[in-house]
Amino acid sequence: MKILIIIIQVAVLTAIAPLISGIIRKIKNNIRMRRGTSVFQPYYNLAKLFAKNEVVSENASWIFRVTPFVVIASAIFALSLVPLVNAGNNVNYAGDILLIMFTLMLGRFFLALSGLDTGSAFGGMGSSREMFISSLVEPAMMISIFVVAANASSTNQYLIAARGHVSFSAIVAGIALLMVTIAETSRIPVDNQETHLELTMIHEAMVLEYSGRSLALIELASHIKQIVFFTILANVIFPIGAGLAVYVVKILMISAMIGVIEISIAKMRLFRAVDFLTFSLVLSMAALVISAAGL
Amino acid sequence: MGYFINNTAFLSFDPLSVFFLAVIGLVSFPSAIYSIGYLKDHYSPQKIALGWALFIAFVLSMALVVTVKNAFLFLIAWELMSLVSYFLVVFDTEHEKSIKAGAIYIVMTHIGTAFIIAAILIMFKYAHSFDFPALKEACLAMPPGIKNLIFILFLIGFGTKAGIVPLHIWLPYAHPQAPSHISSLMSGVMIKTAIYGIIRFVIMILGVGSLWWGSAILVIASISCLVGVIYALMEHDIKRLLAYHSVENIGIILLGVGASMVFMKLNMPIPAVFAMIAGLYHLINHALFKGLLFLGAGSVYKATGKRNMEKMGGLIKAMPWTAATFLVGAMAISALPPLNGFVSEWLTLQAFFMGLAGGTIGVKIFMGALAGVLALTGGLAAACFVKAFGITFLAMPRSKNAAEAKESPFSMKFAMVFLAALTIIFGLAAAPIIKILTGVSGSALAIDTANINFTLNNFIITPQGAGNIYLSPLIAGMALIFIGAATAATLYFALGKSKVVINKTWDCGYYKLNSRNEYTATAFSKPFRIAFDFFLLPYRKTEKIWDSFYHTKSFTYEVYTTPVFKQYIYEPALRAILKIANKMKKIQSGSMHLYIFYIFITILTLIIFMDRF
Repeated sequence: MKILIIIIQVAVLTAIAPLISGIIRKIKNNIRMRRGTSVFQPYYNLAKLFAKNEVVSENASWIFRVTPFVVIASAIFALSLVPLVNAGNNVNYAGDILLIMFTLMLGRFFLALSGLDTGSAFGGMGSSREMFISSLVEPAMMISIFVVAANASSTNQYLIAARGHVSFSAIVAGIALLMVTIAETSRIPVDNQETHLELTMIHEAMVLEYSGRSLALIELASHIKQIVFFTILANVIFPIGAGLAVYVVKILMISAMIGVIEISIAKMRLFRAVDFLTFSLVLSMAALVISAAGL
Repeated sequence: MGYFINNTAFLSFDPLSVFFLAVIGLVSFPSAIYSIGYLKDHYSPQKIALGWALFIAFVLSMALVVTVKNAFLFLIAWELMSLVSYFLVVFDTEHEKSIKAGAIYIVMTHIGTAFIIAAILIMFKYAHSFDFPALKEACLAMPPGIKNLIFILFLIGFGTKAGIVPLHIWLPYAHPQAPSHISSLMSGVMIKTAIYGIIRFVIMILGVGSLWWGSAILVIASISCLVGVIYALMEHDIKRLLAYHSVENIGIILLGVGASMVFMKLNMPIPAVFAMIAGLYHLINHALFKGLLFLGAGSVYKATGKRNMEKMGGLIKAMPWTAATFLVGAMAISALPPLNGFVSEWLTLQAFFMGLAGGTIGVKIFMGALAGVLALTGGLAAACFVKAFGITFLAMPRSKNAAEAKESPFSMKFAMVFLAALTIIFGLAAAPIIKILTGVSGSALAIDTANINFTLNNFIITPQGAGNIYLSPLIAGMALIFIGAATAATLYFALGKSKVVINKTWDCGYYKLNSRNEYTATAFSKPFRIAFDFFLLPYRKTEKIWDSFYHTKSFTYEVYTTPVFKQYIYEPALRAILKIANKMKKIQSGSMHLYIFYIFITILTLIIFMDRF
């Protein structure tokens, strides 16, 4: 039964993961008074890529070939661990919320390696920057997760989601985690998914040499990773209300927030992003102090 | 002699000693096998014989350090270990670097030993015996001030051997300079004997005196973590990089041990046992994956004759076994699930979480911040190993040596595969190992662990009992492999075999890519160099040679970071010592009468000293 719930959750969320990206793009376009593409555009892109041939660099090793599968496996595995609708339903089968964080690191590690694998200077640049941003994100993410977990006296994501109230410290930690989410999902002001200007891209530079089916898997994994973070924000940080409808509303609200943030600020250059991440670390430390004080 | 050793049975095999013996055995066995292939062709037969003799003496002296139960014998074994390892550091005597590294090592290690001797002699004064049980009994009645003093002496003494910051200075010189199978033993096992010393002398014999002991260890450990990993990021000599990671990992081990001491003082026995398990687990994990990584680095060194990563590249094709096993080690040290490094970092984080959930306000904030430090360390370590593996093994060869590299002989491959297999097993089979370590930690902390169980069955770790907090590395590993395989199979059956065209690297349309265009290790670490410039103080040297007014013929660019500890602590100290020594020269006039007078004064002082104390 538990296995069935997990499989349904993974299947449904994988299916709607690209849609979220499409919705965010649509929101951004509407605010900019543009018509924009359909919300289903990410699906069209994936379908196109799955049908195409792959070009692989002659310098690449097996790391390059195996990376898409490691990335998608780590994203889907993380997805199978997040609490979806029924928070009280403890279907925990492999680990707690810390495992989710470490699992996402596994995918990123391999992506960064494959960025270096082809010998392309852009790939190396992307790897370097991605590891830079992600390592600076870690402490803020860990501390804010710890704060919320301390509210529930457990790092079990289902128990955190079932705690039923949102304390002040959880709100502050939630803001810190929103900033972390922006950085982790390669969004403005840290990175820009839409750019293909060589000097500014981070994530896109790393996967520059991928094509065809492998690129499709990596893009799908990015969509999934995004929904993992959104679900953590929606259900673990703010576990108010139950049921599928509430979840959908919360996810749409987060998407709208991210969309508005993306169009309201310009992308920061790489070393200003450090300030952005430092601010999220300070927020998470503040949340820690507030939570230690019992609020 | 009876004065020093009262007991005829001077070896003890309590759980802690047996645990450390196991660590020594697990790393020295593959190292021994590895050295068969590694020493061959490199050295003359006489030198190989000498190497074996020293190797065996080194392993035996380490085994002696962790088994004797008499402080006097402990010091002898400790000194033996230091001396033998010194000879192994200077094994390549023809290199000037080896001599220098050996000198730094022998000086630092003896400074450390001096502190340990002082601490043990103070304890001896109260116990009138060197036997561990007698020392332990004497420590119960010791005044707190003396206890604090002994703790500080031990911390500096063992800290020097462990390589905690700022006493780590010798480690990045000595470890890389030894032959690689010795580096793996020194980094994997020898520095752990200092952790043994801290657990044995501070926790078991002295007893944790006050809360600040554990807190001090935690602060020092977190500084070691961060400093170690940041210096490792800047390092492009592959063996020195690994040596700096030893500083980092000793920090992680001490985070567990220090948290355990804090919990002991806060009367939280279950978290104390758990934190100790986390520390010991990381200790054995680090022994395995650092041993593996040093063997891999040695294999690369043997194949290319170089240790500078900027001259490597593309080795994954010529050396598939070395590359695959090095990747396992790199993943483990970066704490990626489901390997062993992840499990022990998870345990350490859970230990902090216990403090966050149950401590006072101060403890809560402290433990939360430490979790942040550990997370940052993990992230930076992952970045560092992307660099180490990516630049060394991937893309195109950056030098002729790298292009002509050959895979190592069977004995070396065997040793690396052996350690890689253990690294994976220690990740997947975490639950049974934690069961064993519960007993070890309980005996070290004198807590009865009969009713403490941190595992659910043989697959699941639960720090607080069933269902609450939960981790199963085995299920996680199987799920990851299953999902990856299922995705590949689905794609294969739904869309057919992927049509792959092998072509040049696209690189945004630049089709003349050569190894000079590749991203370098220096470039890779540049963002980190800029972000941590307040600590690294980087500076660059550029030199342009013009062949006409308009055109530069060549341009060299070198970037350096300021070695803060060397420049601001050790060099001033060294200068001061030399200055004092210069002044002291005056009393050595060569006059025999004066020397006899000195001897007389010394004896007089000693007599007065003996009488007074």
